[in-house]
Amino acid sequence: MLATRIIPCLDVKDNRVVKGIHFLNLRDAGDPVELGARYSDDGADELVFLDITATIRSRKTIVELVEKVAENVFIPFTVGGGIQTVEQMDELLRSGAEKVSVNTAAVQNPNLLTEAARRFGNQCVVLAIDARRSKKNPDKWQICVKAGSEPTDIDAVEWAAKGEKLGAGEILLTSMDADGTRAGYDIELTKAVSDTVNIPVIASGGAGTLEHLYEAIIDGGADAVLMASITHFENYTIKQMKEYLAGRGIPVNL
Amino acid sequence: MIVVIDYNVGNVRSVCNTFRHIGCDVKLSCEPTDIQGAAGLVLPGVAAFGYAMSALGPLAELIKKVARTGKPLLGICVGYQMLFEKSSEYGRHTGLGLVSGNVVPIPSGRTIPHMGWNIVKLPGDMDLFSGLGDEKHFYFAHSFYAEVTDNQTKIAYTDYGFDLPATVQKANIYGTQFHPEKSGKTGLKVLKNFARICEGTNP
Repeated sequence: MLATRIIPCLDVKDNRVVKGIHFLNLRDAGDPVELGARYSDDGADELVFLDITATIRSRKTIVELVEKVAENVFIPFTVGGGIQTVEQMDELLRSGAEKVSVNTAAVQNPNLLTEAARRFGNQCVVLAIDARRSKKNPDKWQICVKAGSEPTDIDAVEWAAKGEKLGAGEILLTSMDADGTRAGYDIELTKAVSDTVNIPVIASGGAGTLEHLYEAIIDGGADAVLMASITHFENYTIKQMKEYLAGRGIPVNL
Repeated sequence: MIVVIDYNVGNVRSVCNTFRHIGCDVKLSCEPTDIQGAAGLVLPGVAAFGYAMSALGPLAELIKKVARTGKPLLGICVGYQMLFEKSSEYGRHTGLGLVSGNVVPIPSGRTIPHMGWNIVKLPGDMDLFSGLGDEKHFYFAHSFYAEVTDNQTKIAYTDYGFDLPATVQKANIYGTQFHPEKSGKTGLKVLKNFARICEGTNP
Protein backbone atom coordinates (compact mmCIF):
# COMPACT_ATOMS: atom_id res chain seq x y z
CA MET A 1 0.00 0.00 0.00
CA LEU A 2 1.20 3.46 -0.91
CA ALA A 3 2.36 5.49 2.10
CA THR A 4 1.04 8.98 2.75
CA ARG A 5 3.93 11.37 2.23
CA ILE A 6 5.31 13.90 4.70
CA ILE A 7 7.00 16.69 2.76
CA PRO A 8 8.95 19.53 4.39
CA CYS A 9 8.99 22.63 2.22
CA LEU A 10 12.06 24.84 2.03
CA ASP A 11 11.40 28.35 0.76
CA VAL A 12 14.75 29.66 -0.40
CA LYS A 13 15.75 33.30 -0.60
CA ASP A 14 19.35 34.48 -1.09
CA ASN A 15 20.61 30.95 -0.37
CA ARG A 16 18.82 30.73 2.99
CA VAL A 17 15.67 28.90 3.98
CA VAL A 18 13.03 31.37 5.14
CA LYS A 19 9.45 31.10 6.32
CA GLY A 20 6.80 33.78 6.63
CA ILE A 21 3.13 34.20 7.44
CA HIS A 22 0.67 34.68 4.57
CA PHE A 23 3.76 34.82 2.31
CA LEU A 24 5.14 37.84 4.28
CA ASN A 25 7.31 38.59 7.38
CA LEU A 26 10.08 36.14 6.53
CA ARG A 27 12.14 34.48 9.26
CA ASP A 28 15.47 32.69 8.72
CA ALA A 29 15.36 28.90 9.08
CA GLY A 30 18.85 27.83 8.05
CA ASP A 31 21.03 26.56 5.24
CA PRO A 32 19.07 24.76 2.48
CA VAL A 33 21.60 21.98 1.85
CA GLU A 34 22.09 21.24 5.57
CA LEU A 35 18.39 21.36 6.30
CA GLY A 36 17.61 19.17 3.28
CA ALA A 37 20.16 16.56 4.34
CA ARG A 38 18.82 16.62 7.90
CA TYR A 39 15.26 16.01 6.72
CA SER A 40 16.45 13.23 4.46
CA ASP A 41 18.20 11.55 7.44
CA ASP A 42 15.15 12.12 9.66
CA GLY A 43 12.92 10.15 7.30
CA ALA A 44 11.15 12.83 5.24
CA ASP A 45 9.51 11.21 2.21
CA GLU A 46 10.27 14.02 -0.18
CA LEU A 47 11.36 17.66 -0.16
CA VAL A 48 10.18 20.76 -1.95
CA PHE A 49 12.54 23.67 -2.62
CA LEU A 50 10.88 26.90 -3.71
CA ASP A 51 13.02 29.73 -4.98
CA ILE A 52 10.96 32.62 -3.68
CA THR A 53 13.31 35.25 -5.10
CA ALA A 54 12.93 33.83 -8.60
CA THR A 55 14.87 36.51 -10.44
CA ILE A 56 17.19 36.01 -13.39
CA ARG A 57 20.16 36.19 -11.06
CA SER A 58 18.71 33.68 -8.61
CA ARG A 59 18.12 31.23 -11.51
CA LYS A 60 21.81 30.31 -11.59
CA THR A 61 21.98 30.12 -7.80
CA ILE A 62 19.08 27.68 -7.65
CA VAL A 63 20.69 25.36 -10.22
CA GLU A 64 23.86 25.33 -8.11
CA LEU A 65 21.78 24.68 -5.02
CA VAL A 66 20.01 21.76 -6.72
CA GLU A 67 23.38 20.25 -7.64
CA LYS A 68 24.59 20.53 -4.04
CA VAL A 69 21.38 19.12 -2.61
CA ALA A 70 21.54 16.20 -5.04
CA GLU A 71 24.99 15.29 -3.74
CA ASN A 72 23.69 15.05 -0.19
CA VAL A 73 20.04 14.06 -0.38
CA PHE A 74 18.93 10.60 -1.49
CA ILE A 75 15.20 11.14 -1.43
CA PRO A 76 13.18 12.82 -4.19
CA PHE A 77 12.88 16.56 -4.30
CA THR A 78 10.85 19.03 -6.29
CA VAL A 79 12.12 22.45 -7.32
CA GLY A 80 9.95 25.43 -8.14
CA GLY A 81 9.90 29.20 -8.32
CA GLY A 82 10.04 31.31 -11.46
CA ILE A 83 10.30 28.40 -13.91
CA GLN A 84 9.07 29.50 -17.32
CA THR A 85 10.35 27.11 -19.98
CA VAL A 86 10.95 23.39 -20.59
CA GLU A 87 14.65 24.18 -21.02
CA GLN A 88 14.79 25.54 -17.46
CA MET A 89 12.96 22.42 -16.27
CA ASP A 90 15.39 20.22 -18.13
CA GLU A 91 18.34 21.94 -16.48
CA LEU A 92 16.88 21.41 -12.99
CA LEU A 93 15.98 17.78 -13.65
CA ARG A 94 19.43 17.06 -15.02
CA SER A 95 20.96 18.78 -12.00
CA GLY A 96 19.25 16.26 -9.74
CA ALA A 97 15.66 17.36 -9.08
CA GLU A 98 13.05 14.61 -9.42
CA LYS A 99 10.18 16.95 -10.26
CA VAL A 100 9.68 20.59 -11.16
CA SER A 101 6.78 22.76 -10.11
CA VAL A 102 5.28 25.58 -12.10
CA ASN A 103 2.80 28.19 -11.01
CA THR A 104 2.61 31.62 -12.70
CA ALA A 105 4.10 30.42 -15.99
CA ALA A 106 1.43 27.71 -16.34
CA VAL A 107 -1.32 30.31 -15.86
CA GLN A 108 0.26 32.57 -18.49
CA ASN A 109 1.00 29.68 -20.86
CA PRO A 110 -1.02 26.54 -20.02
CA ASN A 111 0.58 24.73 -22.95
CA LEU A 112 3.78 24.61 -20.88
CA LEU A 113 2.25 21.75 -18.87
CA THR A 114 1.61 19.73 -22.03
CA GLU A 115 5.05 20.38 -23.47
CA ALA A 116 6.68 19.38 -20.19
CA ALA A 117 4.62 16.20 -19.81
CA ARG A 118 5.44 15.02 -23.32
CA ARG A 119 9.12 15.49 -22.76
CA PHE A 120 9.60 14.46 -19.13
CA GLY A 121 6.46 12.40 -18.47
CA ASN A 122 3.60 13.84 -16.37
CA GLN A 123 5.07 12.38 -13.14
CA CYS A 124 7.72 15.13 -13.34
CA VAL A 125 5.30 18.01 -13.66
CA VAL A 126 3.88 19.56 -10.50
CA LEU A 127 1.28 22.29 -10.83
CA ALA A 128 1.60 24.63 -7.84
CA ILE A 129 -1.58 26.54 -7.04
CA ASP A 130 -1.74 29.41 -4.55
CA ALA A 131 -5.40 29.93 -3.69
CA ARG A 132 -7.45 32.07 -1.35
CA ARG A 133 -11.12 32.20 -0.61
CA SER A 134 -12.89 34.49 -3.05
CA LYS A 135 -14.34 37.66 -1.53
CA LYS A 136 -17.01 37.84 -4.23
CA ASN A 137 -18.06 34.23 -3.91
CA PRO A 138 -17.14 32.71 -0.52
CA ASP A 139 -17.92 29.17 -1.73
CA LYS A 140 -15.04 29.38 -4.18
CA TRP A 141 -11.31 29.95 -4.18
CA GLN A 142 -9.43 32.18 -6.59
CA ILE A 143 -5.86 31.60 -7.60
CA CYS A 144 -3.11 34.17 -7.20
CA VAL A 145 0.07 34.35 -9.23
CA LYS A 146 3.51 35.95 -8.86
CA ALA A 147 4.15 34.52 -5.39
CA GLY A 148 0.63 35.33 -4.31
CA SER A 149 0.91 39.02 -5.07
CA GLU A 150 -1.47 39.09 -8.02
CA PRO A 151 -5.03 37.78 -7.70
CA THR A 152 -6.78 36.39 -10.78
CA ASP A 153 -10.39 35.50 -11.58
CA ILE A 154 -9.46 31.87 -12.14
CA ASP A 155 -11.27 29.35 -9.96
CA ALA A 156 -8.80 27.08 -8.13
CA VAL A 157 -10.79 23.85 -8.51
CA GLU A 158 -11.40 24.41 -12.23
CA TRP A 159 -7.75 25.29 -12.77
CA ALA A 160 -6.62 22.10 -11.01
CA ALA A 161 -8.89 20.02 -13.27
CA LYS A 162 -7.63 21.82 -16.37
CA GLY A 163 -4.04 21.43 -15.22
CA GLU A 164 -4.51 17.67 -14.90
CA LYS A 165 -5.90 17.45 -18.46
CA LEU A 166 -3.02 19.52 -19.80
CA GLY A 167 -0.34 17.27 -18.31
CA ALA A 168 0.26 18.03 -14.63
CA GLY A 169 1.06 14.89 -12.64
CA GLU A 170 0.54 16.37 -9.21
CA ILE A 171 -1.06 19.40 -7.57
CA LEU A 172 0.77 21.33 -4.85
CA LEU A 173 -2.14 23.19 -3.31
CA THR A 174 -1.33 26.08 -0.98
CA SER A 175 -3.99 27.95 0.93
CA MET A 176 -2.81 31.52 1.21
CA ASP A 177 -5.37 32.14 3.94
CA ALA A 178 -3.86 29.38 6.08
CA ASP A 179 -0.18 29.77 5.13
CA GLY A 180 2.10 30.23 8.13
CA THR A 181 -0.81 30.54 10.61
CA ARG A 182 -0.37 27.04 12.11
CA ALA A 183 -4.17 27.04 12.48
CA GLY A 184 -4.76 24.03 10.24
CA TYR A 185 -4.95 23.33 6.51
CA ASP A 186 -7.87 24.64 4.47
CA ILE A 187 -9.74 21.33 4.52
CA GLU A 188 -12.61 22.48 2.29
CA LEU A 189 -10.24 23.67 -0.41
CA THR A 190 -8.17 20.49 -0.19
CA LYS A 191 -11.27 18.32 -0.40
CA ALA A 192 -12.77 20.29 -3.30
CA VAL A 193 -9.59 19.78 -5.33
CA SER A 194 -8.83 16.20 -4.32
CA ASP A 195 -12.44 15.17 -5.12
CA THR A 196 -12.08 16.70 -8.59
CA VAL A 197 -8.72 15.46 -9.83
CA ASN A 198 -7.30 11.96 -10.15
CA ILE A 199 -3.65 12.98 -9.71
CA PRO A 200 -2.05 13.26 -6.25
CA VAL A 201 -2.77 16.40 -4.23
CA ILE A 202 -0.28 17.80 -1.73
CA ALA A 203 -2.00 19.87 0.95
CA SER A 204 -0.01 22.95 1.93
CA GLY A 205 -0.39 25.90 4.26
CA GLY A 206 -1.47 25.99 7.89
CA ALA A 207 0.02 22.90 9.56
CA GLY A 208 0.38 23.58 13.28
CA THR A 209 -0.40 20.32 15.07
CA LEU A 210 -0.25 16.60 14.35
CA GLU A 211 -4.06 16.53 14.27
CA HIS A 212 -3.94 19.00 11.35
CA LEU A 213 -1.97 16.52 9.26
CA TYR A 214 -4.52 13.81 9.99
CA GLU A 215 -7.40 16.12 9.01
CA ALA A 216 -5.82 17.07 5.69
CA ILE A 217 -5.38 13.38 4.82
CA ILE A 218 -8.67 11.97 6.10
CA ASP A 219 -11.08 14.92 5.76
CA GLY A 220 -9.28 16.73 2.94
CA GLY A 221 -8.35 13.61 0.94
CA ALA A 222 -4.74 14.76 0.48
CA ASP A 223 -2.19 12.22 -0.80
CA ALA A 224 0.62 14.08 0.90
CA VAL A 225 1.03 16.83 3.47
CA LEU A 226 3.51 19.66 3.21
CA MET A 227 4.73 21.72 6.12
CA ALA A 228 7.38 24.32 6.91
CA SER A 229 7.06 26.31 10.16
CA ILE A 230 6.24 23.35 12.42
CA THR A 231 9.21 21.37 11.32
CA HIS A 232 11.85 24.05 10.59
CA PHE A 233 11.45 25.51 14.05
CA GLU A 234 11.42 21.98 15.49
CA ASN A 235 8.00 21.77 17.04
CA TYR A 236 7.77 18.26 15.66
CA THR A 237 10.19 15.85 14.08
CA ILE A 238 9.32 13.87 10.96
CA LYS A 239 9.38 10.72 13.06
CA GLN A 240 6.84 12.14 15.53
CA MET A 241 4.52 13.01 12.66
CA LYS A 242 4.78 9.55 11.14
CA GLU A 243 4.34 7.73 14.44
CA TYR A 244 1.26 9.80 15.19
CA LEU A 245 -0.29 9.10 11.78
CA ALA A 246 0.61 5.40 11.95
CA GLY A 247 -1.07 5.24 15.37
CA ARG A 248 -4.24 6.57 13.75
CA GLY A 249 -4.17 3.95 11.01
CA ILE A 250 -2.64 5.93 8.15
CA PRO A 251 -0.01 4.03 6.12
CA VAL A 252 3.36 5.76 6.38
CA ASN A 253 6.95 4.83 5.56
CA LEU A 254 8.45 4.63 9.07
CA MET B 1 33.99 0.56 -13.32
CA ILE B 2 30.25 1.14 -13.58
CA VAL B 3 29.19 3.30 -16.49
CA VAL B 4 26.01 5.34 -16.20
CA ILE B 5 24.81 5.94 -19.73
CA ASP B 6 24.66 9.64 -20.46
CA TYR B 7 21.93 10.42 -22.94
CA ASN B 8 20.89 13.85 -21.79
CA VAL B 9 17.80 13.11 -19.74
CA GLY B 10 16.92 13.75 -16.08
CA ASN B 11 18.35 11.93 -13.05
CA VAL B 12 21.62 10.73 -14.64
CA ARG B 13 23.55 12.94 -12.26
CA SER B 14 21.59 11.72 -9.21
CA VAL B 15 22.41 8.14 -10.11
CA CYS B 16 26.13 8.98 -10.40
CA ASN B 17 26.06 10.91 -7.11
CA THR B 18 24.56 7.91 -5.39
CA PHE B 19 27.17 5.46 -6.68
CA ARG B 20 29.92 7.88 -5.64
CA HIS B 21 28.35 8.24 -2.21
CA ILE B 22 28.55 4.47 -1.65
CA GLY B 23 32.19 4.44 -2.75
CA CYS B 24 31.84 3.00 -6.27
CA ASP B 25 34.02 3.81 -9.21
CA VAL B 26 31.48 5.31 -11.61
CA LYS B 27 31.64 7.23 -14.87
CA LEU B 28 28.95 9.12 -16.73
CA SER B 29 29.55 8.47 -20.40
CA CYS B 30 28.05 7.93 -23.83
CA GLU B 31 31.34 6.75 -25.39
CA PRO B 32 31.14 3.27 -26.98
CA THR B 33 34.59 2.31 -25.62
CA ASP B 34 33.50 3.13 -22.04
CA ILE B 35 30.26 1.23 -22.49
CA GLN B 36 32.03 -1.82 -23.89
CA GLY B 37 34.75 -1.72 -21.22
CA ALA B 38 32.44 -1.21 -18.21
CA ALA B 39 32.00 -3.80 -15.46
CA GLY B 40 28.32 -2.95 -15.52
CA LEU B 41 25.93 -0.49 -17.12
CA VAL B 42 23.17 1.65 -15.67
CA LEU B 43 20.46 3.07 -17.88
CA PRO B 44 18.71 5.75 -15.81
CA GLY B 45 16.00 8.07 -17.02
CA VAL B 46 13.40 10.57 -15.98
CA ALA B 47 11.59 11.29 -19.23
CA ALA B 48 8.66 10.25 -21.37
CA PHE B 49 9.33 6.91 -23.11
CA GLY B 50 9.38 8.22 -26.68
CA TYR B 51 11.63 11.14 -25.79
CA ALA B 52 14.01 8.84 -23.92
CA MET B 53 14.25 6.31 -26.79
CA SER B 54 14.97 9.01 -29.34
CA ALA B 55 17.54 10.62 -27.01
CA LEU B 56 19.23 7.22 -26.75
CA GLY B 57 19.48 7.06 -30.55
CA PRO B 58 22.24 4.77 -31.88
CA LEU B 59 23.29 3.88 -28.30
CA ALA B 60 20.25 1.59 -28.20
CA GLU B 61 21.86 -0.94 -30.54
CA LEU B 62 25.14 -0.85 -28.63
CA ILE B 63 23.39 -1.39 -25.27
CA LYS B 64 21.50 -4.38 -26.69
CA LYS B 65 24.68 -5.86 -28.09
CA VAL B 66 26.65 -5.38 -24.86
CA ALA B 67 23.79 -6.69 -22.69
CA ARG B 68 23.74 -9.89 -24.75
CA THR B 69 27.39 -10.54 -23.85
CA GLY B 70 26.29 -11.03 -20.22
CA LYS B 71 27.43 -7.70 -18.81
CA PRO B 72 25.17 -6.60 -15.91
CA LEU B 73 22.70 -3.90 -16.97
CA LEU B 74 20.41 -2.02 -14.59
CA GLY B 75 17.53 0.04 -15.98
CA ILE B 76 15.89 2.58 -13.68
CA CYS B 77 12.39 4.07 -14.12
CA VAL B 78 12.03 4.90 -17.83
CA GLY B 79 15.39 3.15 -18.29
CA TYR B 80 13.69 0.06 -16.85
CA GLN B 81 10.66 0.52 -19.09
CA MET B 82 12.93 0.74 -22.14
CA LEU B 83 14.14 -2.82 -21.47
CA PHE B 84 10.75 -4.03 -22.75
CA GLU B 85 9.40 -4.32 -26.28
CA LYS B 86 6.89 -1.50 -26.69
CA SER B 87 5.29 1.45 -24.91
CA SER B 88 2.07 3.37 -25.53
CA GLU B 89 3.08 6.56 -23.68
CA TYR B 90 2.14 9.49 -25.98
CA GLY B 91 2.11 7.35 -29.14
CA ARG B 92 3.57 3.94 -30.01
CA HIS B 93 7.24 3.39 -29.35
CA THR B 94 9.62 0.47 -29.66
CA GLY B 95 11.90 -0.33 -26.74
CA LEU B 96 15.12 -2.34 -26.47
CA GLY B 97 13.24 -5.65 -26.35
CA LEU B 98 15.64 -7.27 -23.89
CA VAL B 99 12.73 -8.46 -21.74
CA SER B 100 9.37 -9.58 -23.16
CA GLY B 101 6.47 -7.35 -22.23
CA ASN B 102 4.85 -4.02 -22.99
CA VAL B 103 4.63 -0.73 -21.16
CA VAL B 104 0.99 0.30 -20.72
CA PRO B 105 -0.99 2.86 -18.67
CA ILE B 106 -1.70 2.05 -15.02
CA PRO B 107 -5.38 1.00 -14.99
CA SER B 108 -7.79 3.78 -13.97
CA GLY B 109 -9.74 3.68 -10.73
CA ARG B 110 -6.86 4.84 -8.56
CA THR B 111 -4.68 7.94 -8.23
CA ILE B 112 -2.33 8.21 -11.20
CA PRO B 113 0.66 8.78 -11.29
CA HIS B 114 1.63 6.12 -8.77
CA MET B 115 3.64 8.57 -6.73
CA GLY B 116 5.44 7.97 -3.48
CA TRP B 117 6.75 5.18 -1.25
CA ASN B 118 5.26 1.76 -1.71
CA ILE B 119 6.16 -1.62 -0.25
CA VAL B 120 7.94 -4.08 -2.50
CA LYS B 121 7.83 -7.77 -1.57
CA LEU B 122 11.40 -8.97 -1.99
CA PRO B 123 11.84 -12.52 -3.34
CA GLY B 124 14.75 -14.32 -1.68
CA ASP B 125 16.25 -15.36 -5.01
CA MET B 126 16.82 -11.86 -6.44
CA ASP B 127 20.41 -10.86 -5.68
CA LEU B 128 19.61 -7.16 -6.09
CA PHE B 129 17.76 -7.42 -2.76
CA SER B 130 20.36 -9.38 -0.76
CA GLY B 131 20.35 -8.42 2.90
CA LEU B 132 17.14 -6.38 2.72
CA GLY B 133 14.68 -8.78 4.31
CA ASP B 134 11.16 -9.65 3.11
CA GLU B 135 9.81 -6.25 2.14
CA LYS B 136 10.86 -2.61 1.97
CA HIS B 137 9.51 0.79 0.91
CA PHE B 138 10.82 2.27 -2.35
CA TYR B 139 10.05 5.54 -4.14
CA PHE B 140 7.92 5.33 -7.28
CA ALA B 141 6.86 8.07 -9.72
CA HIS B 142 5.20 6.77 -12.90
CA SER B 143 1.95 6.64 -14.85
CA PHE B 144 2.84 3.66 -17.06
CA TYR B 145 4.01 0.22 -15.98
CA ALA B 146 5.43 -2.90 -17.62
CA GLU B 147 3.21 -5.91 -18.19
CA VAL B 148 5.91 -8.56 -18.05
CA THR B 149 5.29 -11.60 -20.26
CA ASP B 150 8.80 -13.04 -20.13
CA ASN B 151 8.74 -16.46 -18.47
CA GLN B 152 12.50 -16.42 -17.86
CA THR B 153 12.18 -13.31 -15.70
CA LYS B 154 12.06 -13.07 -11.91
CA ILE B 155 9.68 -10.37 -10.76
CA ALA B 156 9.25 -8.47 -7.48
CA TYR B 157 5.86 -6.84 -7.03
CA THR B 158 4.31 -3.91 -5.23
CA ASP B 159 0.61 -3.62 -4.44
CA TYR B 160 -1.17 -0.71 -6.08
CA GLY B 161 -4.61 -2.28 -6.10
CA PHE B 162 -3.09 -4.91 -8.41
CA ASP B 163 0.29 -6.64 -8.53
CA LEU B 164 2.48 -4.03 -10.17
CA PRO B 165 5.93 -5.29 -11.26
CA ALA B 166 8.50 -3.21 -9.38
CA THR B 167 11.71 -5.06 -10.29
CA VAL B 168 12.71 -7.61 -12.91
CA GLN B 169 15.74 -9.80 -13.28
CA LYS B 170 16.50 -11.86 -16.36
CA ALA B 171 20.00 -13.33 -16.14
CA ASN B 172 22.30 -10.26 -16.30
CA ILE B 173 19.48 -7.80 -17.05
CA TYR B 174 17.99 -5.94 -14.07
CA GLY B 175 15.40 -3.21 -13.91
CA THR B 176 13.59 -1.25 -11.23
CA GLN B 177 10.44 0.78 -11.81
CA PHE B 178 11.20 2.61 -8.55
CA HIS B 179 14.13 4.98 -8.07
CA PRO B 180 16.83 3.32 -5.94
CA GLU B 181 18.85 6.55 -6.11
CA LYS B 182 15.97 8.34 -4.38
CA SER B 183 14.89 5.59 -2.00
CA GLY B 184 17.05 6.57 0.96
CA LYS B 185 19.21 3.96 2.70
CA THR B 186 17.26 1.04 1.24
CA GLY B 187 17.90 2.29 -2.27
CA LEU B 188 21.60 2.75 -1.55
CA LYS B 189 21.74 -0.91 -0.52
CA VAL B 190 20.17 -2.00 -3.84
CA LEU B 191 22.79 -0.04 -5.75
CA LYS B 192 25.54 -1.53 -3.56
CA ASN B 193 24.22 -4.97 -4.42
CA PHE B 194 24.28 -4.10 -8.11
CA ALA B 195 27.88 -2.88 -7.76
CA ARG B 196 28.80 -6.25 -6.17
CA ILE B 197 27.11 -8.10 -9.02
CA CYS B 198 29.22 -6.07 -11.46
CA GLU B 199 32.44 -6.82 -9.59
CA GLY B 200 31.65 -10.53 -9.69
CA THR B 201 31.39 -10.68 -13.45
CA ASN B 202 34.39 -8.53 -14.21
CA PRO B 203 37.06 -9.15 -11.59
